[in-house]
Amino acid sequence: MADAPEHAPKAAAPTGPVEPAPPADAAIPAFITALQNGVSGSVAQLSLYLGDWTVVVPVSHLLQASQFLHDNAGCAFDYLSDLTAVDWPPRAEGRFDVIYMLYSTRHRHRVRVKVKVAENTPVPSVTSIWPAANWLEREVYDMFGVNFSGHPDRRRILMPEDWQGYPQRKDYPLEGPGELLMENPIDWLKLRQAREEADIE
Amino acid sequence: MFDTSELVINMGPQHPSTHGVLRVILRLDGEKVVDAEVVIGYLHRGIEKLSENRNWTQIVLLTDRMDYVAAATSNVGYCETVEKLLNVEVPRRAQYVRTILMELQRIASHCLWVGTHAMDIGAMTVFLYAFRERELILDLFEEFCGARLTYNSMRIGGLPQDIPPGWDKKVLAFCDIMDGKIDEYETLLTHNRIWLERTKGIGVISGPEAIGLGLCGPALRGSGVARDVRKDEPYSAYAEMDFDVPVGVQGDTYDRYLVRMEEFRQSLRIIRQATQGIPEGPIVGKVPRLIKPAAGETYHAIESPKGELGYFIVSDGKSTNPYRFRVRPPSFCNLQGLPRLVRGHLVADVVALIGSIDIVLGEVDR
Repeated sequence: MADAPEHAPKAAAPTGPVEPAPPADAAIPAFITALQNGVSGSVAQLSLYLGDWTVVVPVSHLLQASQFLHDNAGCAFDYLSDLTAVDWPPRAEGRFDVIYMLYSTRHRHRVRVKVKVAENTPVPSVTSIWPAANWLEREVYDMFGVNFSGHPDRRRILMPEDWQGYPQRKDYPLEGPGELLMENPIDWLKLRQAREEADIE
Repeated sequence: MFDTSELVINMGPQHPSTHGVLRVILRLDGEKVVDAEVVIGYLHRGIEKLSENRNWTQIVLLTDRMDYVAAATSNVGYCETVEKLLNVEVPRRAQYVRTILMELQRIASHCLWVGTHAMDIGAMTVFLYAFRERELILDLFEEFCGARLTYNSMRIGGLPQDIPPGWDKKVLAFCDIMDGKIDEYETLLTHNRIWLERTKGIGVISGPEAIGLGLCGPALRGSGVARDVRKDEPYSAYAEMDFDVPVGVQGDTYDRYLVRMEEFRQSLRIIRQATQGIPEGPIVGKVPRLIKPAAGETYHAIESPKGELGYFIVSDGKSTNPYRFRVRPPSFCNLQGLPRLVRGHLVADVVALIGSIDIVLGEVDR
């Protein structure tokens, strides 16, 4: 990634998070090795940043890997601390990172599990493994429009039921859509473009 | 002969015992709750989205507006996460003062909780007593940073200003006053027969189930799980403090009450140790003038009065604002357990249970 100039008018949008691979001398925790051996092909990428371990899991292996992390005695990740998403619109391999912060109340260790998905790819819901995921997945659906399959109650949670668009996406304007978008999105886009042009002039 | 059907009633969003704008849709069989659905979002202000469009220093102010009865805790949680991203070492003096502020805040938040919880159940006196002591803490905060509710009391790298002269003496004097006051609350409630009837055996949840549901803080500890971020993943000066983590046995409303009452005492213990041991030295670490952390992401959790308050922040390394700002709100995760807790109880117990999980709607909705 080339460095953008200090005050460039419009820097190119970043295309993904920085995921530094662990240094060669870093001791890989036992729960990651267990996951690698227990569910083959589940660890696509491994990274260590500021002491936090992140495992990137292919979306096809997510349920299996989650179940393993929950059930295996050496992992015992019984507590889902948080579930969230990050939007990287220009990224080729899919714009969303869905991130699971796991914690083990028995061994007191943490790991982040991450899946990279495209806009319309369904992500299997982990509510059957961690019931805590229910509302957290609803929030991610509400804010990003990530499609969770097998969720028992997939509705919006913070925004009104009839809301158009997904507020946390990077292409969603900060000022909100206003009344017009709710009624007529095309007119709204035209108006916005006209305003932007007026600003430049 | 008789026709029986389920009755659906609506509680909130404007209801004195929902502690804010919370709506609960109850399905009743007689006076028994068959099922409950929680509707939230009335206070959604888009703090996460807004933070992604503000620079790193401006966000401290926004974190005040989440858990507004424990604003200092949210401030510290955010600042520590950014310090972790920046690799800044915070001077020990600042860490000690932070610890004192956070524990004072815990007492203030628990005072508000014990007052409103007891009032929901019908004990009016405790409310007046608890708010009297909360006032003393607000005075201490006012002296430290000038504000009484939304403090903006923290800066990335340390403190905005040193503690005023004589402030530590006042904190210690407050601890002495508070000692007796906790006993006063307990005299009013702990062995009160009405209180026991209303809280014992209400909303029982086992430890493993509470873990699965993602409950945190006193709501989790009431079920016998000794999970406290201050002990398990120490931050600020907690590693140097000597304190116990109280846990309940039954996992009912009464145990959650007892856990919080004991937390009052443990907080006082921490405040005494920290105040007597404030080291001399600078109050701000070496922070660059333009805060722009290197690209990367991190998750950092602290123990707020409500439970595990986590921040997940992604920096792209190029702009002066975070690329992604996510808060793990403890009230949100605790509120998720409410339908499970109220099932099978009476309508009047719903009020007791909302009080017992101690939510702040500003944090639930952000």
